[in-house]
Amino acid sequence: MSNLVKNIVRFILLMLVQVYVLDKIQLHQMVTPYLYFIFILWLPFHMNRALLMLLAFILGFTLDGFRHHPGFHAAACVLIAYIRPFLVNLLIPQEGAETNYEEPSIQSMGGLVPYLFYAGLLSLLHHTWLFLLEAWQFGDAWYFLVKTLLSTAISILLILATEFLFSRKQKFRTNTI
Amino acid sequence: MRNIFLFIRRYFHFLLFIVLQILCVYFIVSYSHYHKAAFGNFSNQMTGDINRQYNKVEQYFHLKKSNDSLIIANERLYNLLRENYELPDSLPRTEVDTIIIDSLRQYRSITYLNAKVVSNSVSTQNNFLVLYRGRKAGLREGMGVVDPSRNVVGIITELTDEYAVVMSLLHKDSRISGKLLKGGYTGTLIWDGKLPNLVTLTNIPKSAKPAVGDSVITSGFSTTFPKGLLIGRVEGVYTDPSSNYYKVKLHTAANFYNLQYVYAIDNKHQEAVNQILDKLKKQQ
Repeated sequence: MSNLVKNIVRFILLMLVQVYVLDKIQLHQMVTPYLYFIFILWLPFHMNRALLMLLAFILGFTLDGFRHHPGFHAAACVLIAYIRPFLVNLLIPQEGAETNYEEPSIQSMGGLVPYLFYAGLLSLLHHTWLFLLEAWQFGDAWYFLVKTLLSTAISILLILATEFLFSRKQKFRTNTI
Repeated sequence: MRNIFLFIRRYFHFLLFIVLQILCVYFIVSYSHYHKAAFGNFSNQMTGDINRQYNKVEQYFHLKKSNDSLIIANERLYNLLRENYELPDSLPRTEVDTIIIDSLRQYRSITYLNAKVVSNSVSTQNNFLVLYRGRKAGLREGMGVVDPSRNVVGIITELTDEYAVVMSLLHKDSRISGKLLKGGYTGTLIWDGKLPNLVTLTNIPKSAKPAVGDSVITSGFSTTFPKGLLIGRVEGVYTDPSSNYYKVKLHTAANFYNLQYVYAIDNKHQEAVNQILDKLKKQQ
């Protein structure tokens, strides 16, 4: 399956899962389970940064379409798409190692801990920015903090579950570019 | 000039990031103006179609609950039927009626239009419902929406030909005026974005004595809702130290977790009243 088709399928599936499965789960008012942004986490290493941000914008905007209020998720997605390349550079085990594999995964990031850090930090950023924008009008610091932390925890759990359930088999490419 | 281009090229990604963020914040802030024009029609049609397909499956899980609420609504309506009442016996008397205009004849001012809920949320900070009924079915912007037992649900904010988007009570911009049935004090209903089914009635003066369990009804001051529809019951009364008003927490009468069918309220006077209000605004 080509990269383009794979990502289009991912986009649609993740959006449907987010809107029709995760949004229907009402665990607690403090917890909103989010998984859709794993799409940004899984985009290829070598992708152009501008394209990355535009894709993230489209992803967020689509979810906003279902929520009938444009802007919130698009802003959060653009933020993590902007931060992602810096984080990848920081976490990749040795220079040039990102060319060995197609896209970020436990395998290509060199272990569970770096990958968890990568996913955890990006979901924390996503949730912080999203809930900050939403809390603008409400202005309750404790509520915002607790909600961000709890939702991040749930998101990390969801990401881990997704990683282990749907293992992405990746070819080891030569380490020459 | 060359330096500007160099600058743009060097910080292109950062600038793109800033531009996209500003665009997003602009969408958020100017939501009400922009939304109806461009975003609304296209995205509502798209998401509405998808939601309707999903709802075809999902509605089966709610059949029992929606049946129960319909039976309760029916019971109330049966009790209102004319045949339940009897006229006083006036046969022995003969009277000549001299009134030419029949002042007893009534005319209709309010119609209820039913609609199916195809999408509903309670977990976000701004909650909306999507109805599978739109402009073609006679729905208009600004109509009030109630559940089968005539408890307040929200107000229609956007329309396409086939779908309507309802801003539910559980939305930070929702402002509906409510009235304490006991005492008649009116206030504004807001939602603090936390617990679904729990809204706050503000601006209730200290002279009112709201008690737990009191009913709060619509005030009828606007044409959105007729007077006397149940909004909720008082769950707790809090004093706001910064002002001279009470904050009254309400448990909403409508159950937002389980809305399958709703009714939009078509008030025949709405357009006329709005015209007068617009005229007044222009004069000021």
